Amino acid sequence: MVLQLVDVHIRNDATGQEVVRGVSFDLRPGAAVGIVGESGSGKTLTCRSVLGILPELFSVSSGHVAVDGRDVSSLSGKEWTALRGSVIGAVFQDPASYLNPSIKVGAQVAEVVRVKKRVSRRAARDRALELFASVRLRDPELVYHQYPHELSGGMLQRVLIAAAVAADPQVLIADEATTALDVTVQAEILDLLAHLRATTGLALVVVSHDLAVVAQVCDEVIVLRDGETVEQGPTDEILFEPRHEYTKLLIEEHLQYGLERFLTPVDVASEVGELEHV
Amino acid sequence: MSEKVLDVSGLDVHYRRRGGRLHALRSASLSVAAGETVGVIGETGSGKSTLARTVLGLVRPTAGRITIAGQEVTGFSGRQWKALRRQGIVQYVFQDPLRSLDPDLTVASSLVEPLLIQGIRAADARTRALAVLDRVGLDPELLDRLPGELSGGQRQRIVVARALITDPRLVILDEPVSALDSANRVRALEFLRQLRLGGTALVFISHDLGSVAGIADRIAVLYQGEVVEDRPARDVVVNPSHEYSRLLVRSAPTLASAARHRAALNGKAVTTV
Repeated sequence: MVLQLVDVHIRNDATGQEVVRGVSFDLRPGAAVGIVGESGSGKTLTCRSVLGILPELFSVSSGHVAVDGRDVSSLSGKEWTALRGSVIGAVFQDPASYLNPSIKVGAQVAEVVRVKKRVSRRAARDRALELFASVRLRDPELVYHQYPHELSGGMLQRVLIAAAVAADPQVLIADEATTALDVTVQAEILDLLAHLRATTGLALVVVSHDLAVVAQVCDEVIVLRDGETVEQGPTDEILFEPRHEYTKLLIEEHLQYGLERFLTPVDVASEVGELEHV
Repeated sequence: MSEKVLDVSGLDVHYRRRGGRLHALRSASLSVAAGETVGVIGETGSGKSTLARTVLGLVRPTAGRITIAGQEVTGFSGRQWKALRRQGIVQYVFQDPLRSLDPDLTVASSLVEPLLIQGIRAADARTRALAVLDRVGLDPELLDRLPGELSGGQRQRIVVARALITDPRLVILDEPVSALDSANRVRALEFLRQLRLGGTALVFISHDLGSVAGIADRIAVLYQGEVVEDRPARDVVVNPSHEYSRLLVRSAPTLASAARHRAALNGKAVTTV
């Protein structure tokens, strides 16, 4: 198990309020779990607890998190630093804010490689170029020498994914990583995550407010609302036999106000049916 | 065919840029009838905001014609545009409804502002503010609140109410639901769907085909400044004719595509018969 959450509760120590009340899941190597919820549902805090970067005054008040079999509650700052990047990596919504605007992106990714993999500058540079190719940046050499402002949102997110997987982590957390992107670019990034998962055995935690995004990539879905897990199960069960009212609302939103408005239930069912016969 | 509230034809817009000119709109045409909702969909840089800004007289086209409520406005001077905007025939709802209300003004003050500009008496303006609140389904009690005391969904309705208070023939909504969460988005779309029953023409601009498809009668797809497709919403979704529209439909996350993607991801080949 590369990542295990057991009944994780997160408390705001300033107010004493528990803002996440019971999130549990097991993530095997190469598996993908999705967390769906609104802003404020606790999905980002849950991710942050896994990365050891909870904001000040927030703490895991009960339950536990194990990364690669290790309980993280007793980790020192130094041990967390060693874990992040090499075992677990993450990408977030606004890629530009995670890059230094005045340093070329290639140098920034090479620096991550150099520090995490303890290799020479030249080897780090070569590895960064390889990574750029693996995240399907069209011209790695060119991008290497560009500044963040010269790249589109989609390209920046590819650069951040390259940095996140630079030290070959086992888990990648993508927290609303495609939300700010155009839908065609979102599709490419989701494809890329799927490709990395298939080729390297990377396990994924995909977090989104959109059930359909999560459902594209993940085998298991957790629906969070106001800090509580309202429903959790295999993706098809959540999509086609939702039990909780809130999950039904998320699905109804698509059926009534999404493209699905024009795709009859028969289309959807037959599509799924076809797949089951494969 | 009912009356056209907006008729745009052959619109060309260039922006001056360092190192040349950017062709932001290329012979774009779009018409919207009374009571009709038209979705304009496109990615970043496709020209959709330029189209909205040109229709509002904020950007000058290099070619083409714009007719609003039967009046040709293409050659309007700045003063004429200002007068037109004051009449409140066309209203514009900004991208971020949560930040487009003055935090220091009560709901009532924000709502009546466009009417006071027109010289309408304060008492009459307040009566109309109450009526428009009712139209967007909000409690009259909210009139004396500040934006900070309202939920995101309520603020969004106030912004739309402020646009409606002048009885516009045309409302242009730029990404009106993108900043809302699911529950509020459903309510906002429901409410926008009802609006046009009052005869108001809506132009709904978005990068999100999903939310546009949810309420639009027709969808115009903008790609690199060109309207590459302008057909009934169902046709665009079910049978897109332009290559870019096809890519857009294919990319949109839907519950149906979810299963297909997951199968591909799990290494199962999806056989097509």
